[in-house]
Amino acid sequence: MTENKQSGESIVPDLHKKIKAAFKSFDYESNNNVDVREIGTIIYSLGCFPTQADLHDIIAEVEEDHTGCIPLDKFLPAMTKVLLEHKFPPIPEDLLLQAFEVLDKQKKGYLEPEELTKHMTEEGELFTQEEMEEMLTALADHKNNYVYYKDLISQLTIDPDL
Amino acid sequence: MKCNCWCFLAAAMKAAVLIQRWYRRYMARLEMRRRYTWNIFQSIEYAGEQDQLQLSSFFSFMLDNFTQLNGNGPDLISQLLDPVVDPWLDRETCYKLIPVPESYTGPRLSFPLSVSDTDALLGAFKEQQTLHARYVLQLLYETKRLLKQMPNIIHLSTSYTNEITICDLNKHALLSDLIITLSISRLAALQNGLPSAETPYVFNGDFVDRGKKSIEVVSLLFAYLLLYPDYMHLNRGNHEDHIMNLRYGFTKEVMQKYKTHGREILQLFQDVFSLLPIATVIDGKILIVHGGISDQTDLDFLSSIDRHKVKSAMRFPRRSLEHLDIGHSCKRKRRQCGHSRQDSAASTSSSSSSSSSLSSSSSSFCSPRTPSCLSPRPCPSSPSMPYTINVLQVPYLDSLSSVPPPAPPQHDREWKQVVDILWSDPKTQEGCSPNTFRGGGCYFGPDVTRRLLLQHGLQLLIRSHECKQEGYELCHGGQVITIFSASNYYEEGSNRGAYIKVGRELVPRFYQYQVSRTTRKLTLTQRVRAAEGTALKALKEKLFTHRSELLSGLQQYDQNNTGCVSLSEWAQAFESVLRLDLPWRTLRPHLARLAPDGSVDYQSCFEDMEPGIPLPQVTQKLADTLFRYRTDIEIIFNIIDKDHSGLISIEEFRHTWRLFSAHLGVDIDDRAIDDLARSIDFNKDGSIDFTEFLEAFRVVHKLNNKEQQLNGKTAGGK
Repeated sequence: MTENKQSGESIVPDLHKKIKAAFKSFDYESNNNVDVREIGTIIYSLGCFPTQADLHDIIAEVEEDHTGCIPLDKFLPAMTKVLLEHKFPPIPEDLLLQAFEVLDKQKKGYLEPEELTKHMTEEGELFTQEEMEEMLTALADHKNNYVYYKDLISQLTIDPDL
Repeated sequence: MKCNCWCFLAAAMKAAVLIQRWYRRYMARLEMRRRYTWNIFQSIEYAGEQDQLQLSSFFSFMLDNFTQLNGNGPDLISQLLDPVVDPWLDRETCYKLIPVPESYTGPRLSFPLSVSDTDALLGAFKEQQTLHARYVLQLLYETKRLLKQMPNIIHLSTSYTNEITICDLNKHALLSDLIITLSISRLAALQNGLPSAETPYVFNGDFVDRGKKSIEVVSLLFAYLLLYPDYMHLNRGNHEDHIMNLRYGFTKEVMQKYKTHGREILQLFQDVFSLLPIATVIDGKILIVHGGISDQTDLDFLSSIDRHKVKSAMRFPRRSLEHLDIGHSCKRKRRQCGHSRQDSAASTSSSSSSSSSLSSSSSSFCSPRTPSCLSPRPCPSSPSMPYTINVLQVPYLDSLSSVPPPAPPQHDREWKQVVDILWSDPKTQEGCSPNTFRGGGCYFGPDVTRRLLLQHGLQLLIRSHECKQEGYELCHGGQVITIFSASNYYEEGSNRGAYIKVGRELVPRFYQYQVSRTTRKLTLTQRVRAAEGTALKALKEKLFTHRSELLSGLQQYDQNNTGCVSLSEWAQAFESVLRLDLPWRTLRPHLARLAPDGSVDYQSCFEDMEPGIPLPQVTQKLADTLFRYRTDIEIIFNIIDKDHSGLISIEEFRHTWRLFSAHLGVDIDDRAIDDLARSIDFNKDGSIDFTEFLEAFRVVHKLNNKEQQLNGKTAGGK
């Protein structure tokens, strides 16, 4: 996030532009409203790693009472605050690696699909079946279906930063 | 022991949460990239379509001016653009006299066609064979004969048939899409079946252009049409238009595959295209058209017109001065002065009689400008761009009278109605306004739809014309469905295709699919990366072809010539020069590097691109123009090069270039053009190999894109 080296005054308008751009991608009717179900994607894509609980809190703050819609004029200030305070910092790679190693009890260096599925769909902030399928398709090795997590972490986190 | 288990469980849960959070964030990033990629493709496509407007107005401009410069009679350009119907092509001898050599191993069709002929065609095309010119001509001749008997609007009934399948192959139709939909194929799981009594079809236009297999696709469609005229129905699309074909590749494909008979084939295609029905109605309830409607659409009127007269949307009907009786002009002026719109710039354009556009109607093509009223920026991209109404200034007594254009005669109305059907797009806002993106047709709102459906007792409008990520989209409260059947339209993984099936209950059912080049299922990650790579490549080419303008825009922020500007300034400059509605700040890492202090090193934007071969000696500005309009210039040269020798004379080159740059308002002096012409006349024999010349202006990417994908990164900055 080297862009932050710019002077403090110019940060906020830039943040606003970033937030608006992300918001616009889901504003299908061009009326400055997005469906509440897309908010998670928007916030994640702006570089944050909120938990589901965090997301619920933000939604409660910005949702337009029971309409299922989130207006831009409420989202913008809330999200700007989140970004300025670095509220939901990214997960460092080594922590992620440790997490996988915890699950890999036998220290095999990989996880079998059933193992991973069990953890992801029965613990923590449960994955849906769809999410699980996509994860396995994306991460599992094509021949033996194992998830070699060490390689994956570096591969999948290389991403041009916002 | 117990404590250990408990610790593990707690740790495992924490670990799970961490992984879930990380993964969800990764997927969200991917989804965002997918959307931005989509944005890029769409913006560039729309910008490209505005360019095509440019080309059409240039053609008109050329027609009006080229003859005068040459001094000769009807010139070769007008012959191709406005050909007189050649009666010879209406006779069977047009193809019967063409011998088919023994060595030809492709399908030999026998008319009337049978299933074995269509099977032979399918098989041959899968094997990359080309149909012999004789059979192409015969096929077109028979199709033309059949289409002449058809009405403008086809009425179908579900009582006599099974469910009807509605598709839109659209431009860039991959042959594989057609094969998937129609036949038993090993490539995909979805097989709808060949057209037959059991499986009737409506194909909703845009059978040609942009792919490399347009001839094959359209031949198959026409063959099935001849085989099953009751179960196979084709609507005309905006690409069934010979001038669009010049720009979007169909003409070129035909000329390349059929060197000897290409022109006759194109001529017949032109006739056949204009004879295609404009609309289809199912059970009097579902209206199917390619583009859309306007607030002036009148289905009864449309049923009555001579549809074949509207050859091309780009050649609006010529209005000659005979329509205006100059002697009575001032009387008419007094009557109509309340309605006249004057454009002072147009007051000098008294000679462009053929280019006056309809006044105050909601759709018309921009009339071409004459050199005196050009603006430096040729491409109109904002809705505020006025449609120049050419008002005639005629001398009467001692002053000039303004004569407003007369009320549109019959064939203008016909032309407009057809263009609206082929070019319009639905919008969420109410009302009807000119479709400035496309340059023709309208944007129509839900109220327009409601009114039309009510007026004709319809309940649904099905149309195509726009690419949708999921292959289909509903709007106007479900009264309008957009269907798009070409999957991977922009790139492998860019979108799904879909088609609709409609049965007696008139409830549409959607079938989605996506053709994949590889048999292994691609992950979303791989698909997004591939599509993103292609989109970025296209975007970078655009940057390169606008280099001088971008640099001057950027240099305004960089008076000290440091080579760097802030991110905001960079985004501002790009936004204002390119006028593409894209999230520049988010795209920055793909397009430009950062300097150590966090500002943008803007020269790095252009590092990845270079011209195809060493440039002849030209100024940067001329080079940029040549890069940008390379395709258009190529088309024009191809038209001039009547005998397909690849050569045109220096004179022709000079004339064309002068006109083109005058029309664009690009300030390039004659000497630069002369130098250019002489420098590319390698043999000094007065002729120019324009293919070689144009090669220099093809943008080439320095890095091999494939390599980038393997490394999992994209080129550009970090």
